[in-house]
Amino acid sequence: MVGSSQLENANPLIYQRSGERQVTAQDEDEQLHDRIDDREIFDLIRSINDPEHPLSLEELNVVEEIRVKVEDKESTVSVEFTPTIPHCSMATLIGLSIKVKLLRSLPERFKVDVHITPGTHASEHAVNKQLADKERVAAALENSHLLEVVNQCLSARS
Amino acid sequence: MAEAQDSLWGLVEEFVSGQQDSKATEVAAGVKDGAFTVLQVVEALGSCLANPEPRTRGRGVQLLSQVLLQCYANLKEKEVEVLVVFYENRLKDHHVITPHVLQGLKALSMSVVFPPGLAVSVLKSIFQEVHVQSLMQLDRHTVYMIITNFMNNREQELKSLGADFTFGFIQVMDGEKDPRNLLVAFQIVQNIITKNYSLGPFVEELFEVTSCYFPIDFNPPPNDPHGITREDLILGLRAVLASTPRFAEFLLPLLIEKMDSDIQSAKVDALQTLTAACAVYEQKELKEFLSGLWSSIRREVFQTASDKVEAEGLAALHALSAGLSRSVLSPDSEDLLNTFLSSILQDCRHHLCEPDMKLVWPSAKLLQAAAGASSRACLKVTANVLPLLLEQYNQHVQSSHRRTILEMTLGFLKLQSKWLQEEDGNGLANFKDPLCSMVFSAVTDPSTPLQQVAVKALTVLGTQQGFLSSGDIDLIVDHLTRLILEETDSQSCQAVIDSSGSLARVHPAVFISRMVPQLCSRLQTVPMEGTDDRGSAIPQRTVWQRCLEALAAISTHHSIVQETVPILLDHVRQAQKGDTIAEDVVAVCKSLHQVAVLCQENAESLCYYHQKVVPCLLSITVLAAMQDRGNAADLHVLLNDNVLTAMASLIISSTTHLSPDLLSSSVSQIVNLFLDGDVSILKENSFPSKFLPFQIDGPAAPQSRLVALFMAFVCSLPRNVEIPHLSRLLQDLLSLSLAGCCAFAFTSAAKCFAGLINKCPAGEQLDNSLQSASHKIESGLEDESRRTQAVTLLTWVTKALILRYHPMDGHLTNKMIGLLSDRDLGPLAADMFCLLVSDSPDILNKACHADIRIMFRQRFFTENVPKLVQGFNAANEDNKPNYLKALSHVLNCLPKQVLVTELPSLISLLLEALSCPDEVVQLSTLTCLEPLLLDAAAILSVHIDTLISKLLCLTSSPSMAVRITALKCMLALTKLPLPMLLPYKQQVIRALAKPLDDKKRLVRKEAVEARCQWFLIGSPGS
Repeated sequence: MVGSSQLENANPLIYQRSGERQVTAQDEDEQLHDRIDDREIFDLIRSINDPEHPLSLEELNVVEEIRVKVEDKESTVSVEFTPTIPHCSMATLIGLSIKVKLLRSLPERFKVDVHITPGTHASEHAVNKQLADKERVAAALENSHLLEVVNQCLSARS
Repeated sequence: MAEAQDSLWGLVEEFVSGQQDSKATEVAAGVKDGAFTVLQVVEALGSCLANPEPRTRGRGVQLLSQVLLQCYANLKEKEVEVLVVFYENRLKDHHVITPHVLQGLKALSMSVVFPPGLAVSVLKSIFQEVHVQSLMQLDRHTVYMIITNFMNNREQELKSLGADFTFGFIQVMDGEKDPRNLLVAFQIVQNIITKNYSLGPFVEELFEVTSCYFPIDFNPPPNDPHGITREDLILGLRAVLASTPRFAEFLLPLLIEKMDSDIQSAKVDALQTLTAACAVYEQKELKEFLSGLWSSIRREVFQTASDKVEAEGLAALHALSAGLSRSVLSPDSEDLLNTFLSSILQDCRHHLCEPDMKLVWPSAKLLQAAAGASSRACLKVTANVLPLLLEQYNQHVQSSHRRTILEMTLGFLKLQSKWLQEEDGNGLANFKDPLCSMVFSAVTDPSTPLQQVAVKALTVLGTQQGFLSSGDIDLIVDHLTRLILEETDSQSCQAVIDSSGSLARVHPAVFISRMVPQLCSRLQTVPMEGTDDRGSAIPQRTVWQRCLEALAAISTHHSIVQETVPILLDHVRQAQKGDTIAEDVVAVCKSLHQVAVLCQENAESLCYYHQKVVPCLLSITVLAAMQDRGNAADLHVLLNDNVLTAMASLIISSTTHLSPDLLSSSVSQIVNLFLDGDVSILKENSFPSKFLPFQIDGPAAPQSRLVALFMAFVCSLPRNVEIPHLSRLLQDLLSLSLAGCCAFAFTSAAKCFAGLINKCPAGEQLDNSLQSASHKIESGLEDESRRTQAVTLLTWVTKALILRYHPMDGHLTNKMIGLLSDRDLGPLAADMFCLLVSDSPDILNKACHADIRIMFRQRFFTENVPKLVQGFNAANEDNKPNYLKALSHVLNCLPKQVLVTELPSLISLLLEALSCPDEVVQLSTLTCLEPLLLDAAAILSVHIDTLISKLLCLTSSPSMAVRITALKCMLALTKLPLPMLLPYKQQVIRALAKPLDDKKRLVRKEAVEARCQWFLIGSPGS
């Protein structure tokens, strides 16, 4: 990856990690149906690694729980993410990682929408367009170098 | 004699010309028996040793060497001398012979009568005549062994060679590639250095010839028979490199270079080697390289993505700082520690002022690693950092920032208390007031995380004897009390209670005067459901429970125990009136139990506790049992199962650690109470009726429940305490355990019987009791109304005997296995197998001094699993699940290592168990399989197809726990070798899409983890 070369943003702000979701009595009850909620989606993406730092997207505040919206009944998910700096060259890659993680982790019925928080990136529009285009996402994952970086972001940290 | 000679000639002939290798052993045996001497062997070899054909000469030397390898211990000094001269000459001979010559020299080098002076000459010849690195691996190994033997036995002679020996060895090992030889060679170099052989001008050469292997890059081939790991080599080489300060000037630049490497293992190795080397280095060696080392370490800690590298970097910095601290300074030399710490401070200080940036923690960790090395380092760093942190705390107002700052301060305070405790001017005194005001302001902050850190800091400050004024301690205790009573967050309240426990040890008087009365008065308000006033944030009940927990937790000092035990006992006594609910009494008993555990460290407290608590509990329960009318519907609260179980466990904890002298008097009193109704031990003496707990029916039925308390006491006694009237007791227990009373009473009696049997010394008494137990069980099993009792007793007695390897255990176990095919009792018996092999929480465990042999589970396993498997195969369809259940209980309790070796024979049965409709069987089989999946790749490869399809099938089981465990197994599978998994990747990914939409969140979570991991296998970047 980046190794010992200079980082774009070497000393970023760090945000606190939210703890593991508490297991409630309702979760343990066999009969009840737990709907997929915002927190569950957030838990899927908060531990994704940043491509540059040994930090999670949550710690860099790239993803926040309030910017995750899910409608279980309508099968839609919408996630906004905020790059750490407006010229961050990794924005597309981060968006792609989030999208891939959600595609792998959610039932097929869901329509997944991932985009940049409005007004936080220089080329916001272009990135959003790329992420929304199914074929371009599929093509990106055919590229083994790109797939490698995405998989690294999605792997559990050693 | 002549015959022996002839046979020797024959053997030699067959070995040399007949090429029969086995003859060498026969010759060696002959020499050992004394049939012929070594000299005769040489004579017999005479002609072939002089043969012009090198191979024949080689064959001759080979025979002699093999004989010597077996018989070197019998050689006389003169013989050794002659042989050595012979062999030395042979070194000059044809190269085909050299390997055999070396073998012979190795044999001779092990002789204890090796003549003085010859070692040097042998080594010189080897160094001169043999080009070691052109030999085969085995022969090179022989050379290393010869050198090792001489180094062990002839150290002084070798040292007389001076640096020539070192130089000779450098030439021998230069270019060695085989890991087996390297391990030996590294050991030799380490000995050369640590045993002070002269290195002369060859320090750099010796370093070069070893350091060329650094960092070790070796991966043992699969199925490596030699079992040499990369780790072995790394440690071997590290011991060499870090063994002497004389390598410093060469090693340090090499390490700095390797820390820059892109390979993580190289970085880690370099940092670990640096840590090891710092143990022998001082200022003079480190001086030149300090700035280079610091900047490399700093870069690794600041930029690394790996926790491992960070931890090693910090350890290396700690070692560097320790190395610098060790040196004795001459008056005019520069204090390098000071300059080094200054540069660290300069690079890290400013990051501490940005508590929300990434580098704040790495900086703090670096400073703490450096400060933790010595008191001098600690003083210098804290003197610099603490004022800065105190100032920063006041400048930042956001509670998350303050928390980070306080947490860093806490780290430095801990170091301070470790290093500077005994010194008067511990540097903290100057900061006492600002520190106190910072911590006290934080502890009243509304933010819970900040409060939690503040409590930790208070504890560290409070435990430093004599640092805080008594007024401050009072204030701390007040804060803790307030938090216990008012804190809403249960986790941070727990932390407060824990802190109170450790502070109470140091300041017991303050806790008695300030905290105990407050907790006590809050306990008086008995909690009622639904009476919470709206104003308070936490339910009354929670506060009440917290008071109990806190009272228990602070009982860490004898004087406090004397306060808390009477308070808690009073609360148990209040239940006598009968209007308290069982849950509350259990809570008080749990608290008393906690006190008992804390008292175990202190004999005085424990003795007080035992004498106070046990008679009191017995009196009130006996009284309650007498008042009880035996009506099951309104059982007295003190006779409730849960209450008695809680009391039993506190009695166990207070008995197991007590000294035998104290116990022997209470044993006879308590036995008399239960056997004869002698109430002399009890506090009260006005009892309405007689206490007869073993009377099977009649008005005393509720009394038999108290056998649980009796069991707790007598079964936790040390084995050397004698129990009076043992045989009468055993008989009474036996009858009670098969009586028609309530389940709680007969189970307690069965357990008590088993607990006593387990400790009973072998002999007539034990045999008789077992005889009669066995008869009663037999007849009980016949009797329709007493079958459950009989199975319970059978299980407990079997367990007691299995634990102590009693010869009768097999008979009883067979009976239990037999019961599995019983139509009514089969399922019950299957469940009981869990009791047989798992650790029992109350009695019959190590803490209760039970007689437990090591590996009893393995023994049980090897003896009984074949029978279970056989029974399973023979059973009809209805009973099969019973066998599978019993089997999976047994397997679940076994250590993993044992299971892995047995897996081949069991795997098909386990797979069958997965298809068994019983959910308990499914679940326990899955739990048993999950940890095995990693270690059993080879065995599973044949069954992988079945395994995957069965697991996938179970992911849609109606039971949530089964679905979760099946998915966990699917995740565990991803660690298997790639080629086994790839054919199934697409199928599994498709199948796991379904549980992603499971109705339970906990199942979805496991499904996501498993599925994402399956996506990653065989994919780039994973």
